[in-house]
Amino acid sequence: MARMNMIEAIRSAMDVKMSQDPDVLVFGEDVGFFGGVFRCTAGLQETHGLHRCFDTPISEGGIMGIAIGMAAAGLRPIAEIQFADYIYPGYDQIASEAARLRYRSNGEFTAPLTIRTPVGGGIYGGQTHSQSPEALFTHISGLKTIIPSNPYDAKGLLITAIEDNDPVLFLEPKRLYNGPFYGDPHAPAVNWSGHDLGEVPEGHYRVEFEKARKIADGDDLTILTYGTMVWVAQAAVNDLEVSADILDLRSLLPLDLESIAESVKKTGRCVILHEATKTSGFGAELMAQVQEHCFYSLEAPIERVTGWDTPYPHAQEWAYFPGPIRVKTAIRKVLEG
Amino acid sequence: MAQKLQGNAKLAKQKKIKTDQDDLTTLYRDMLLIRRFEEKAGQLYGMGQIAGFCHLYIGQEAVVVGMRHAMVEGDQMITSYRDHGHMLACGMSPRGVMAELTGRIGGYSKGKGGSMHMFSVEKKFYGGHGIVGAQVPIGAGLGFANKYLGNNAVSLAFFGDGAANQGQVYETFNMAELWDLPVIFVIENNQYAMGTSVERSSAETELYKRGISFGIEGVQVDGMNVLAVREAGLKAIKHARDGKGPMILEMKTYRYRGHSMSDPAKYRTRDEVKEMRGERDPIDAVKSRLLDEKWADLDSLKAIDKEIKEIVADSAEFALESPEPDPSELYTDVLVEV
Ligand SMILES: Cc1ncc(C[n+]2csc(CCOP(=O)(O)OP(=O)(O)O)c2C)c(N)n1
Ligand SMILES: [Mg+2]
Repeated sequence: MARMNMIEAIRSAMDVKMSQDPDVLVFGEDVGFFGGVFRCTAGLQETHGLHRCFDTPISEGGIMGIAIGMAAAGLRPIAEIQFADYIYPGYDQIASEAARLRYRSNGEFTAPLTIRTPVGGGIYGGQTHSQSPEALFTHISGLKTIIPSNPYDAKGLLITAIEDNDPVLFLEPKRLYNGPFYGDPHAPAVNWSGHDLGEVPEGHYRVEFEKARKIADGDDLTILTYGTMVWVAQAAVNDLEVSADILDLRSLLPLDLESIAESVKKTGRCVILHEATKTSGFGAELMAQVQEHCFYSLEAPIERVTGWDTPYPHAQEWAYFPGPIRVKTAIRKVLEG
Repeated sequence: MAQKLQGNAKLAKQKKIKTDQDDLTTLYRDMLLIRRFEEKAGQLYGMGQIAGFCHLYIGQEAVVVGMRHAMVEGDQMITSYRDHGHMLACGMSPRGVMAELTGRIGGYSKGKGGSMHMFSVEKKFYGGHGIVGAQVPIGAGLGFANKYLGNNAVSLAFFGDGAANQGQVYETFNMAELWDLPVIFVIENNQYAMGTSVERSSAETELYKRGISFGIEGVQVDGMNVLAVREAGLKAIKHARDGKGPMILEMKTYRYRGHSMSDPAKYRTRDEVKEMRGERDPIDAVKSRLLDEKWADLDSLKAIDKEIKEIVADSAEFALESPEPDPSELYTDVLVEV
């Protein structure tokens, strides 16, 4: 076991897989020589060579398409998109090509590629460096969408993603790279070194998809969330001293419906949290699933706490971010309802 | 790399371009305003008054100032996130720009856009775009509108050497030439895209040639020489205004500061930066000529510097005093309001 933050854990996953499998390659803008703007790929070029960890021009459409071609020919590319906000020039390749290759070739061709990209706010990035576009991808059949909330899961899930025989979008909540974030930007930053989930095996291990992690165990309500909001949820629950199940979904597609239904049937109350905008957000899907599977167990209307339906503003970052106050209000509301 | 600098030196040795006292003093003043403004922005960032992303234009001043002086009233400008200099050159208020950097209501986007996202209809500045390359087709669209409306205006789309590798740039080149759009593509080749040099990202490093297969004429320009920039700009803009379609101007330039405010600068040597600063600085070059021609003396230059420092200090003061936007602003301007 070693102590790792999320950056080191992600790097370790790639390092382990590159050491095991010569078909694993890492590339993207500034990932090689520079080691990535968040340092996730630092050292991989030195260790594994220029031909296996390399820089690309600023060409997201081309990066995605080339990764798909490599994958179809048997390689296991890991392409980094520097910020999820830059993924749109590559969206066509992901949606029309990567996600459908298996289906339209009757399973003859597949695209086992991993797309890594940082998501979410919290660094004053404004509208082009803060987005959480997961719902644009969970809407696509043929693509898996994963989002870890801690170093342990990040490494295990990334290894599973690299080994997966289908395309996986791996979203990294950038606010969590260095430590858990409990929603108060003015509180001193905490790092992963003091956290149980910062304890990470050095070698190979998998964290399977379609399996939520229970962050807290309780009886009064269920909180369904993922990414940065996991820790905001935990802080709110601790503050209110309520007894809640907090499910860190980790794998949005495929989704662990079993754990979700089991928990909501037990508690009868549900709050859904995400940082992305509300309308047509992934929370809408979760709400629909809970309604379909747990309707007769529900004792109160489901609450959603999300980013507002606006672009991510520069100056009002913390008014946009669904912080602890909004989360606590929603928890109180479902408990009273 | 020696070759890279030499390339610039060759461009620099071109003939002495005609100018006069008023003209050169104006160019000097415009460039100095950008330099001092950016230095102040860097300071405010260091003090924690500006947060997030902030890309300084220091070193590249001659490009936008030269091009601005080749434009006429009605011509438009659009650029990337490295946009403070463009806005000042367009005549936008230093106060409004600085207050946007500090995220205040007095900023051009009421603090909601930040450093990378500002606009002015009045000054025909179409932004400030954070997505690399996105402004290029939009700039051609401005050109399309000019042609359709018959308003005789030309649009200038600025982008970097890194942006020159985005696919949408080439879709745009094709359409712009196909439809003879009055748009000038100004490639600000400062030799790096973040930490990646042109050599490491581009199969063809002579970026003015990037339009050849579309039939777009391209010219390489010494982007450290404001007079050379203006001269090239005048020719290109005339070409577009005469209905002959787009042109590409590759400006060989250099940024002195990091890509953004956090930049470990591992990708280039200190000596390289020092050499450019020492030998090719666009403002120093104009200053020497002003002195050589006896169009200025040290006192008159000092007076200009003082005046500019006051403008910049005033903008910083405004930017720190302007209130933060009201929470209700969060929801304004998402869609048209009725
Ligand atoms: C589509 C997209 N990809 C990547 C980025 C991240 N990024 C911001 S600036 C930059 C480098 C751009 O370099 P260049 O075009 O040369 O402009 P310069 O910064 O030198 O002015 C990169 C990769 C982005 N903003 N948008
Ligand atoms: Mg550049």
